[in-house]
Amino acid sequence: MGIVNVTNLKKMYDEFQAVNEISFSIEQGEIFGLLGPNGAGKTSTINMMIGLSRPSGGHILIDGIDAVKDIKKVQRIIGIIPDENNLYNEMNGFDNLCFCASLYGMRKAEREKRATELLEQFNLTFAAKRPFKAYSKGMKRKLTIAAGIIHNPKILFLDEPTTGIDVESARQIRKLILDLKKQGKTIFITTHYIEEAERICDRIAFIVNGRIVKTGTVTELMESIEREHKIKLQLDSSIKELKEELEHNFVNCRIDISDKNSCLIISKERIALSPVLQLLDSKGISVYEAKEIKPSLEDVFVKITGIEASKLEIEKAGK
Amino acid sequence: MQTLIAFWNVLKKDINNYYLKPPNISWGIIFPLSWTLMQLIRSQGDIGIAELLPGLMAMSVLFGTTSMLAVTITFERRSRSFDRLLVAPISVSALVIAKILGAILFGIVNAFVPVVFAAFFIDLREINWGLTLVAVILIAVTSALLGLLIAVSAKEVFEAQTFSNFFRFPMLFLCGLFIPIDKLPVILKPISFCLPLTYGTDILNGMITGSSIFTATFSIFIMLVFILLLFYLCLRNINKKWIH
Repeated sequence: MGIVNVTNLKKMYDEFQAVNEISFSIEQGEIFGLLGPNGAGKTSTINMMIGLSRPSGGHILIDGIDAVKDIKKVQRIIGIIPDENNLYNEMNGFDNLCFCASLYGMRKAEREKRATELLEQFNLTFAAKRPFKAYSKGMKRKLTIAAGIIHNPKILFLDEPTTGIDVESARQIRKLILDLKKQGKTIFITTHYIEEAERICDRIAFIVNGRIVKTGTVTELMESIEREHKIKLQLDSSIKELKEELEHNFVNCRIDISDKNSCLIISKERIALSPVLQLLDSKGISVYEAKEIKPSLEDVFVKITGIEASKLEIEKAGK
Repeated sequence: MQTLIAFWNVLKKDINNYYLKPPNISWGIIFPLSWTLMQLIRSQGDIGIAELLPGLMAMSVLFGTTSMLAVTITFERRSRSFDRLLVAPISVSALVIAKILGAILFGIVNAFVPVVFAAFFIDLREINWGLTLVAVILIAVTSALLGLLIAVSAKEVFEAQTFSNFFRFPMLFLCGLFIPIDKLPVILKPISFCLPLTYGTDILNGMITGSSIFTATFSIFIMLVFILLLFYLCLRNINKKWIH
């Protein structure tokens, strides 16, 4: 049994079922990602877990506490980082952190000490006395994360933590999340960035139309689809005319000629390269480079959910 | 203790962020002063300052509390900073009290601006200030809760302002401030008795001018009933609309 256990959780908005009897559990100290397109039910799920929304059915158990019945007790041990930077614009960074600490009953000396520590940890000491509205997007995001962990919570809920910020800030935030994991925090994260989920999550659940369609580690998810071996060859000239001959000689292989000077050899079995190279050499074609193409989590997501990667790309651009 | 720390800091944050801002301080002073001068000029000396005082105090509290609270809460909801309070480990009741307390204190201070002004012209020593303060506090609490009720129903700041006026102006004309209740058309009289401001104003009238319809005890009792009812409605609506 994990530190977070969600069983048959559902959420109805009138006739619309946003979350459809989902179940999952999160182990202590792991980063668990909920990956899916917009409208899949990610925010509805997280809102029910943190107490911003009431489930229409099902159970949520967080650190042994029933979150449906006793959410205020749960809120003491969880940290919440929403998808929007919702700190107070008029207050400076230091005061914002101190105010958030006070909501958890921390005394003045304790909250000032913790705020100073976090500003240092997040490289924001230089902007401590600057109003929040004067922060850049990346700085705002970092301070919002700092506000979420000010009371040193056991479990963290992050809703789309790197959406809408620049690449460098996103990289820093991902590093911060991994540092929090090293400190022993359990982290629940929702995202629609496939690479982000792949890079930082220990386990991932794919959610589509309010249903979890697959859960597992990145390796497990990769193994769950029928794997094809792919080798890309860089050549000195086109092999368009040789395609049929190659496929005839290597019956288990498919040749995909993507552009003039390269081709892709696809097979369900491991590909032995030397016979291919010998054949190409006998035809006077030089091979400059041979590279194995591994399937990405994106390929797995597309295969399992049936949702085109381009749809997620559009969302990214939109966000 | 933890709830008390959170409660105090929510109140302190609201006072610093909203109520102690120079535009609000000046508005809190100028608004009651303008009403006082306007009424004095309009009456051309026929009405004494003592007769105007209960109405001016009631109006200052009503406008001081409802306008600020409805707008600030709608603003915090829009920027989603209110969500931060909802997911904090403090009860919704404690949160509601902390949020309205800033507005109540602001309204009480507003109420005494016309009193300070009147003190230069008339002798106010005969007034029962204890009961007058009770009346002002009760009007401030009911008005603040009305402001919160409006904020729960509004999605945008301009909606909150419109809804506030929808409540405030009819209440001003029906509570006996401008037109005595016994001179109101028969059809409007029952509405007047359904308004908390009617009872608050009646206590103020009784304490300042000596003329009132009800006993102070009865009015205080009715105001307390209104407070409980409005508090219940605010909690119910917050739980229904904001934690949906």
